[in-house]
Amino acid sequence: MCLAVPAKVVSIDGETALVELGGLTRQARTMLVPSVKVGDYVLLHAGFAIQTLDEAAAQETLGLLARMAEAGAGEA
Amino acid sequence: MRFLTEFRQPALAEALAERIRRWSGPPVSLMEVCGTHTVAIFRHGLRGLLPPQVRLLSGPGCPVCVTPNREIDKAIALASNPGVILATFGDMMKVPGSYSSLAEAKASGADVRVAYSPMEAVEIAQGNPKKAVVFFGVGFETTAPTTAASLLEAKRLGLRNFFFLSAHKLVPPALMALLEAGEVRIDGLICPGHVSTIIGSRPYEFIPRDYAIPCVISGFEPVDILQAIAMLLDMRAEGKAEVAIQYRRAVRPQGNPQALETMAGAFQVGGAEWRGLGPIPQSGLHLRDGMEAFAAERHLEMKIRPPREAVACRCGEVLRGLINPPECSIFGTGCTPEHPVGPCMVSTEGTCAAWFLYKPGG
Repeated sequence: MCLAVPAKVVSIDGETALVELGGLTRQARTMLVPSVKVGDYVLLHAGFAIQTLDEAAAQETLGLLARMAEAGAGEA
Repeated sequence: MRFLTEFRQPALAEALAERIRRWSGPPVSLMEVCGTHTVAIFRHGLRGLLPPQVRLLSGPGCPVCVTPNREIDKAIALASNPGVILATFGDMMKVPGSYSSLAEAKASGADVRVAYSPMEAVEIAQGNPKKAVVFFGVGFETTAPTTAASLLEAKRLGLRNFFFLSAHKLVPPALMALLEAGEVRIDGLICPGHVSTIIGSRPYEFIPRDYAIPCVISGFEPVDILQAIAMLLDMRAEGKAEVAIQYRRAVRPQGNPQALETMAGAFQVGGAEWRGLGPIPQSGLHLRDGMEAFAAERHLEMKIRPPREAVACRCGEVLRGLINPPECSIFGTGCTPEHPVGPCMVSTEGTCAAWFLYKPGG
């Protein structure tokens, strides 16, 4: 029920955006994320974009985990 | 795909699993609150990566599963009125109420339609001005803002044939009820990622403060969930109890203020009945003052008989983390996804369905 999937904003017209997910294009309402811009990634749920995704935070998490994995391999 | 595949890398998952397997503390029980987490944990086989002293429990985080029979009975009664179109999310269709399901009501001639978005229900109302269109809204804080936005849109359009029946519920009050009951030992909570995109991290702060239980808000990919488990174990090892955000790419401490404001524009908080947990104060969303024109219960006829529960079904105990599904006598025999008796087997996010589909033989 609370499943939401990342989608890339392709275009915006008023409070409706075209978003692309896995090669498919869908309409998404944007009134819950008023500052959204073309090129942003959003979480799509029940036809609405409910949050914008933070690229820097994603990269930071992955970088931290990659360093941890390397350190773990070193220990072994 | 961006923001998904990077969090499925086997090397990162294995490194995290290895770190979790080094846990040398006492046995811990960690509860994943959210049904979407439950499904992800089973689908990716994450339980099999954990050492025996790190146990995962499934909590009450499937909105379909916690909807009591009485609310489904009401939806069916509304749909049974001639001249009414009832729209709801597909997840609700097969859930048995006291006497039938919405799918059965549809088969008997009621006009019940599945909507992917609550805005579709608004569009149905616009296209059918001579019919009364009811949206049966269900879901936690992830979904409630979308319903609220649709209600506010119906108000803006001046629709007089659009009505609403609410089964929307809030997660933090249910967690408080679960912890207050103290029926099951919980050493850490994996908090729901998409609920938290809306509400942020602050509404969980009472959990470490009042119950000394650490919480981690987690994403839904294997690496996310394993990292959340590792973070909970780190906090246990250090004797810390805080609310931490693993799902930082989607969750900010303040949540989504616009979504919260939209919810407040359509709803007010009040009591709600939960399957398995009973009545919980301040845990449901009802139409706020000024939105009464949309109240289906007030404007449409609704004849309901007293609710009743399936006798053998133990969904209530499954939802509270007291038993695993195979401990229910009808699991996998009298109750299967093909012929579900209880909602935990109906919902794709139900704990019983996850056990049945991904763990044959229990």
